[in-house]
Amino acid sequence: MPAVSKGDGMRGLAVFISDIRNCKSKEAEIKRINKELANIRSKFKGDKALDGYSKKKYVCKLLFIFLLGHDIDFGHMEAVNLLSSNKYTEKQIGYLFISVLVNSNSDLIRLINNGIKNDLASRNPTFMNLALHCIANVGSREMAEAFAADIPRILVAGDTMDSVKQSAALCLLRLNRTSPDLVPMGEWTARVVHLLNDQHLGVVTAATSLITTLAQKSPDDFKTSVSLAIARLSRIVTSASIDLQDYTYYFVAAPWLSVKLLRLLQCYPPPEDGALRGRLTECLETILNKAQEPPKSKKVQHSNAKNAVLFEAISLIIHHDSEPTLLVRACNQLGQFLQHRETNLRYLALESMCTLASSEFSHEAVKTHIETVINALKTERDVSVRQRAVDLLYAMCDRSNAKQIVAEMLSYLETADYSIREEIVLKVAILAEKYAVDYTWYVDTILNLIRMAGDYVSEEVWYRVIQIVINRDDVQGYAAKTVFEALQAPACHENLVKVGGYILGEFGNLIAGDSRSSPLVQFKLLHSKFHLCSVPTRALLLSAYIKFINLFPEVKGAIQEVLRSDSQLRNADVELQQRAVEYLRLSCIASTDILATVLEEMPPFPERESSILAKLKRKKGPGNLPNIEEVRQEREKERSLNGTAEHKDSSDTASKTSLYPSADLLGPAAPPPSTGASLLVDVFSDSLPAAAHTPLDMSPATASGDNFSRFICKNNGVLYENQLLQIGLKSEYRQNLGRIYVFFGNKTSTQFLNFTSTLNVHTKPADPTIDAGAQVQQILNIECLSDFTDAPVLDIQFRYGGTLQNFGVKLPVMLNKFFQPTEMVSQDFFQRWKQLGAPQQEVQKIFKAKHAMDTEVTKAKIIGFGTALLDGVDPNPTNFVGAGVIHTKSTQVGCLLRLEPNTQAQMYRLTLRTSRETVSQRLSDLLSEQF
Amino acid sequence: MIKFVLMVNRQGQTRLSRYYQPVALRRRAALEADVVRGCLYRKKDQCSFVEYKDFKLVYRHYASLYIVVGITESENELSVYELVHNFVEVLDKYFSRVSELDIMFNMDKVHLILDEMIQNGHVVETSRTRILAPLSALDTLALS
Repeated sequence: MPAVSKGDGMRGLAVFISDIRNCKSKEAEIKRINKELANIRSKFKGDKALDGYSKKKYVCKLLFIFLLGHDIDFGHMEAVNLLSSNKYTEKQIGYLFISVLVNSNSDLIRLINNGIKNDLASRNPTFMNLALHCIANVGSREMAEAFAADIPRILVAGDTMDSVKQSAALCLLRLNRTSPDLVPMGEWTARVVHLLNDQHLGVVTAATSLITTLAQKSPDDFKTSVSLAIARLSRIVTSASIDLQDYTYYFVAAPWLSVKLLRLLQCYPPPEDGALRGRLTECLETILNKAQEPPKSKKVQHSNAKNAVLFEAISLIIHHDSEPTLLVRACNQLGQFLQHRETNLRYLALESMCTLASSEFSHEAVKTHIETVINALKTERDVSVRQRAVDLLYAMCDRSNAKQIVAEMLSYLETADYSIREEIVLKVAILAEKYAVDYTWYVDTILNLIRMAGDYVSEEVWYRVIQIVINRDDVQGYAAKTVFEALQAPACHENLVKVGGYILGEFGNLIAGDSRSSPLVQFKLLHSKFHLCSVPTRALLLSAYIKFINLFPEVKGAIQEVLRSDSQLRNADVELQQRAVEYLRLSCIASTDILATVLEEMPPFPERESSILAKLKRKKGPGNLPNIEEVRQEREKERSLNGTAEHKDSSDTASKTSLYPSADLLGPAAPPPSTGASLLVDVFSDSLPAAAHTPLDMSPATASGDNFSRFICKNNGVLYENQLLQIGLKSEYRQNLGRIYVFFGNKTSTQFLNFTSTLNVHTKPADPTIDAGAQVQQILNIECLSDFTDAPVLDIQFRYGGTLQNFGVKLPVMLNKFFQPTEMVSQDFFQRWKQLGAPQQEVQKIFKAKHAMDTEVTKAKIIGFGTALLDGVDPNPTNFVGAGVIHTKSTQVGCLLRLEPNTQAQMYRLTLRTSRETVSQRLSDLLSEQF
Repeated sequence: MIKFVLMVNRQGQTRLSRYYQPVALRRRAALEADVVRGCLYRKKDQCSFVEYKDFKLVYRHYASLYIVVGITESENELSVYELVHNFVEVLDKYFSRVSELDIMFNMDKVHLILDEMIQNGHVVETSRTRILAPLSALDTLALS
């Protein structure tokens, strides 16, 4: 090997680098760099043409400056010029600069392509290699277009040098990733697969990378690679005799290639062919056996290389998940590593065992190592290893060991690193729920979590414990007792106050019999925490108090006194003030019956995937870029999406949870104060008894889909609501004309900008900004031209924070809105009924009742639908008969309807007769949804 | 696959960086500083694999230099760990006892060696003689 001198011929460069090294401060370094940049710039701009050597030197300096972290915005042209040099070193610097500094959308690509083309055509293998490296590293679309045809040819041509083949393989891999449409593999597939047989192990290494990537995309096309890969692997692993020369690394035969081949095999299921399968099993067994043999070298490189192959083999065994003996052997091997003195091995063994735990064949075998893993949790000095131990405990947990594992995780939590506490909390919460046989254990575990790591207990966790307590009445009394006891502690975490407030508010009565936890004691205990809590918790406590008034009339006085105090009624926080005012008023004027209905116990939550599990998945979710902001935004996006989705599937509980607005169980975002307000307004309105008996109608549902059909029989209400925006409607109709007042309420504390709401017909624009918490109104005038089926869609668009929100809401404008009721006597009705006797004029539908069959409600719905309700027409008094005329601009359509309930079968028969087939059909569709 | 290879000295100065996935310049500096911080303060008995965001770092420590490799999940940690050592041995062979200075002053050659070993984020060549073949050819050319 020649002696290599500093800078090797580029003296100017060496001097510059030395100068930089000698700089005493960052400022001095920047000064020196700027001086050099000015110098290079002037050289490049100067009149005198630079020779190749100078260009190379300056480009090299630029590269060095770039490495130091400075942006380079010139010199690209000079680098491109170097590509056409005949000197290898100059060419190499040119290519290096381009692959390090030129991004794929540069306008220089065409010039670069030219240089590459010449080098590819040169038949000089070193030049070809440089050109291919460049394509592989830059890999732009334009490059792909220019060379997609050449590269596969170079790769499989018989006379191509080995090193060029290697570069061509990686080049093709790149192009396939960036522009797959340009490199159809079809005709090359067989020959590329055949490269696995190449004599030269470097070529096989490169080809394996290529084939693995291609096989992941289209496994069927590369199926033939399986047998070749197994053959190759077998030759490397089992035959000790062949000399792999330089590909043997510390007595391990071609470790990197073996790893790659094993990785390629993980793209496929176990081979079906028996002989092939046997050969693979033999390979895997040999690899496992070698781990037990005495090492051929004491060097750590030897064992590392050997174990790299071993871990990859275990991955393949786990991937195939079909050979119980191999799985158990793998598990035992990993078990040995769990106690190895090398931290790296312990880490990898824990990680690998985690996947092994999910296989049915090895789950039991993994479980035998529980003590070692628990010990690792306690003794490992590296947090990432402990993290793996936590993961493994989580993976090996089942009903048999859940209590032990949860207990160990809880005790680890006390000393755990801050960075992983939240994840441990989530895991404990999930395991406790999943494997709870008796829910008292579950409640204890969660309360322990809050006590030990309250700050890391996310909302999802305490929401979940409340959901579970509400859904299981066998644990409610115990939960009430336990939170009551936990709250006795002089200092408790706010999350405990939240859970305590919620549970006592719902189930405090279950422990009120004991004089030590009498209603007044409970109330005083909760209230003693009140002043130390944040606003959302106080809001929740106020709701708990009003629930107390219902549960325990005897504490009404004490609670009213609290609500009445200035610190509540005049609280600076609007939410608290509003609750105090409304709850106080409610407690004063509502009768006990109404109170009991309004403040009824929470209904059970619908069963669905645990929100905690969803959160854990999110935490582990893949991101793609090393960019914190993007990842965070992504997460937030996901979270808000998730929130809405959860709202949707639990809209039936919305009415009651709205009592706890800021601590909504259904999602992280708090519904607006107005929800609470509208709830109470409804309670006090004229239709009070009816409203109170149908609590579902009292508050807006959160799912927009439901709301549309809700407007069939009524004209006012909340049409749409999400976490940001609430859309309310007031509408009035007269013959074929209608007017809709649309109210857009901003629920957030931020202004919406560029607000537009457009109908697919002409509208007056709404105000473009909506202030925080404010509401704007838009008036829509509607004319019905002829009968129709599809409702108009309101397109809403606005900026909230930095993001553009855009969605459509179906406006509840239905055909029946243009009804004018027609009163008529029995005789007239039947006369017209007969006139509309043609088969296409009648639509009849028989359907099951979706709601309770209440005569009064049905009557109200038919009137709300728009027809007149005709009494005494039908001989059967339980049937309902209606008549009306639909007004459109062009015509009027008379309609008759008859609804026959069958209370025994819980069915209805609805018959509609109109002069128009389409109208009959549409009205039948609309109305039948309502019962 | 391999996302990047970094050579950093104990002071946290980057001596070599090669990215196999595009990273904007302004983010590079932050990433490098962050990555180095993640590895530099680790003790000998800590594990050489560090989880970092959604990928992993594999690092090795040689005298005054740290070599840090960012890898995706599909890569075998131990094989990358030994790849780093193989790289260092090749450098050692070429520069006969490589030092931080050799790497600074011969950036182009170090890049050439790295390019022979890793292309487009994948291992292409592991044989020492073959990795050095182009450079040896070059040097004989220069001598003659």
